[in-house]
Amino acid sequence: MNWRHWLMPGRRLRELGILGMNQRNADFILPYNARARYPLVDDKRRTKDLAAAAGIAVPPLYAVVEIEHQVEELETLLEPYPEFVIKPAHGAGGEGIWVVANTGSGRFRLASGEQVGFDELGYHISSILSGLYSLGGLPDCALIEYRVRFDPVFDAVSYQGGPDIRTIVFRGVPVMAMLRLPTRESGGKANLHQGAVGVGVDLRDGQTFSGVWRDKPLHLHPDTGNAVSRIQIPHWDEILSLTARCCDLVELGFVGVDIVIDRDAGPLMLEMNARPGLSIQLANKAGLLPRLNRLRRLQRVPPSISERVSLAKRIADATSELRTD
Amino acid sequence: MHSLHVKVLAVLLVAIGLSFCYYKVTRLGLPLLPTEDAEVWTVEARIEFKARTTIPVKVQLAIPKSPAGYTVVDENFVSSNYGLTTEDDGVHRTAMWTVRRTKGYQVLYYRIHLARDPMAVPAPPQLAPAPATVPELPEVLRPAAQALLDEAKSKSADVVSFSRELLTRFNDADPDANVSLLRQDLQTPHEWVRREIDLLAGGGVPARTIHLLMLRDGVRHGDLTPWIEVYDGHGWQPFNPRSGEAALPKDCVVWQVGEGPVLDVQGGRFVKVEYSVSRHTQDMAVVAEHRARQMGSRIMEFSLFSLPVQTQNVYRVLLLAPIGALLIVILRNVVGVNTFGTFMPVLIALAFRETKLQWGLILFTVVVALGLAIRFYLEYLKLLLVPRLAAVLTIVIMLMAVISLLTHKLGIDRGVSVALFPMVIMAMTIERMSLVWEEFGAREAIQQGFGSLTVAALAFLLMSDKLLGHLVFVFPELLLVILAAMLLLGRYTGYRLTELWRFRAALRG
Repeated sequence: MNWRHWLMPGRRLRELGILGMNQRNADFILPYNARARYPLVDDKRRTKDLAAAAGIAVPPLYAVVEIEHQVEELETLLEPYPEFVIKPAHGAGGEGIWVVANTGSGRFRLASGEQVGFDELGYHISSILSGLYSLGGLPDCALIEYRVRFDPVFDAVSYQGGPDIRTIVFRGVPVMAMLRLPTRESGGKANLHQGAVGVGVDLRDGQTFSGVWRDKPLHLHPDTGNAVSRIQIPHWDEILSLTARCCDLVELGFVGVDIVIDRDAGPLMLEMNARPGLSIQLANKAGLLPRLNRLRRLQRVPPSISERVSLAKRIADATSELRTD
Repeated sequence: MHSLHVKVLAVLLVAIGLSFCYYKVTRLGLPLLPTEDAEVWTVEARIEFKARTTIPVKVQLAIPKSPAGYTVVDENFVSSNYGLTTEDDGVHRTAMWTVRRTKGYQVLYYRIHLARDPMAVPAPPQLAPAPATVPELPEVLRPAAQALLDEAKSKSADVVSFSRELLTRFNDADPDANVSLLRQDLQTPHEWVRREIDLLAGGGVPARTIHLLMLRDGVRHGDLTPWIEVYDGHGWQPFNPRSGEAALPKDCVVWQVGEGPVLDVQGGRFVKVEYSVSRHTQDMAVVAEHRARQMGSRIMEFSLFSLPVQTQNVYRVLLLAPIGALLIVILRNVVGVNTFGTFMPVLIALAFRETKLQWGLILFTVVVALGLAIRFYLEYLKLLLVPRLAAVLTIVIMLMAVISLLTHKLGIDRGVSVALFPMVIMAMTIERMSLVWEEFGAREAIQQGFGSLTVAALAFLLMSDKLLGHLVFVFPELLLVILAAMLLLGRYTGYRLTELWRFRAALRG
């Protein structure tokens, strides 16, 4: 270990090409993400509609609860679905998402194992409607949608909830991806700041390598004890082109696209984020800046999806010398 | 591109802010430091007379005209039902009170507040006098005067040294026969000065009387002191009529120049004028303000000092908020501290101004802790968001009232000022803290709460700094400099300090 790294940590981070919060906001989000496009990603319902219209696979929407009154009809509304997910349309950080299984006779089981009745579900939906989970506390609506049945490939490394793949896409080109694995601590949620494990994904072939948990490197899943590296993510090229298409869809220059893999339906786009987090760099043991800067220098990004996917792989190839298996 | 634009703008703002500030300090003499106090003298002339009932009353009082070395901070005339006019002929200034019909004893006041000011504008050069007319001294005195003049003339080279020589001899403690003769019929100081002027005129030197008011603290029934001024061909030189020393006394004001009477009352008897003097200190900024206004500075038209005092006090506090905001910007974007609500700590810090730090921290902690406890109970009731927030707000206000009452009963005055806490901010803090508590655990919530409180304490310490408070109020243009700093930080793309810790795993690689 070089003592100079500790004396001047800022310079060392710069050398590694780590993107900081200030630079993310000032150099990428502000110039590349037009404010007017934010509602498209902040409102999950609009994202879903937009994606469905463009033929991008998303978890099917069962129902939308928009007004308090509808909470009373919850019983008939939920009747046909043995399993479903309740989430706020304007949620952030995975908050307010309940994964529910109907156990019959008005009882439901949450992903955490907790048993609830209609009362609790209704109160939760009311909280969503009143804006408890939405940005800025604005009134919101609750989405009830298909519960993804996760591809068994990640069963060995996830605890309850569902793993997803977060890809950062810049100017329509995927630049970095990570697999997010829920843990007991994260309560089945796949958000890193809630305690999920982030695992770096090699953009070239979709293989995972070193992970990170609570800002520290990690090799074995904290709950299941299985290695998180060397997992081959299925449908990898399809996922990459999916993320590129999603980026075009919302016309945002710098987005995080979250994709889940359904056992039957394959990759589904779950949601997008116009302010993607930076922990992905820790999971990948690589900074975003070298890749972003290459793309920033490009006069013109190829319009075809397949060209962009191969460009993404070339850039990853040229900047992945830090990868250590 | 954006960065360059921002930098240019910032430089421009700093330049404007600092140059205004520089102008105010160097030209208008506004003090940079808050501790500077100016010496202010309050001089009052009290005129008393008994009015004749038959004729209109007209009172003329000579008053000082821009006294050298002092700034007139304020000047007022107390004259109930009299008409008042002031005249200024370039050398003399007079106040004239007139009334057509009045009776009984009359009292008029003229009051002037003077601040010592080395930078005060010097009086304009005065016109050369007419050649001295040789006065008619009584026959018996002429030889003595001539002898004295000859003696003084033989021992001097020019007007100034001649005058000094003559006056020194005339005031000799052990006078010779000539001087004794010249002095023997003089009774009042005025006659003394009159005789000296006559002698100087006899020697061909133009001289005149001026009336000085000595500034001595606590003088009650003072009078003016006559002094001599001699024209040396370029300007008037003051001489002490009692010693021949060529100077004005320390701490004095030239009240009147020339021979005319200081006070002239028509239609009055038993006329009397008395002067009283007192000294006190006043904030230098206020004095400088008055001076600048006298200089007719346009900038001062837009000074905060021209607002009513109450509004001034509001701005004294408000202008500090940007400093707190800058601190928040630095702590959030350069250090990376998270607080409940962006500017919550600034508002809490403003409330601390009243409660003071120690009590502020205690009261804040008590209110938030009690509020949180009740909030957890509300959670159990499963209330909707807005009604719940309203309930928390109401509870916060009730808590504040209860704390005020309790501390008042216990005789802790500081506790009463809990009422100044921004209650909406408190309610939101409690709400957000309880959410963080539920979602991320007690540790995270207490950590963030403690962080917010630390930032508030820092902001308070910064904002209660006397120097900063003085600077932003007297030089509000310095806010442009703060604005420039904020703009620059708005384009700061370096790492936050906390990110160095967050990405420590990368450093290890």
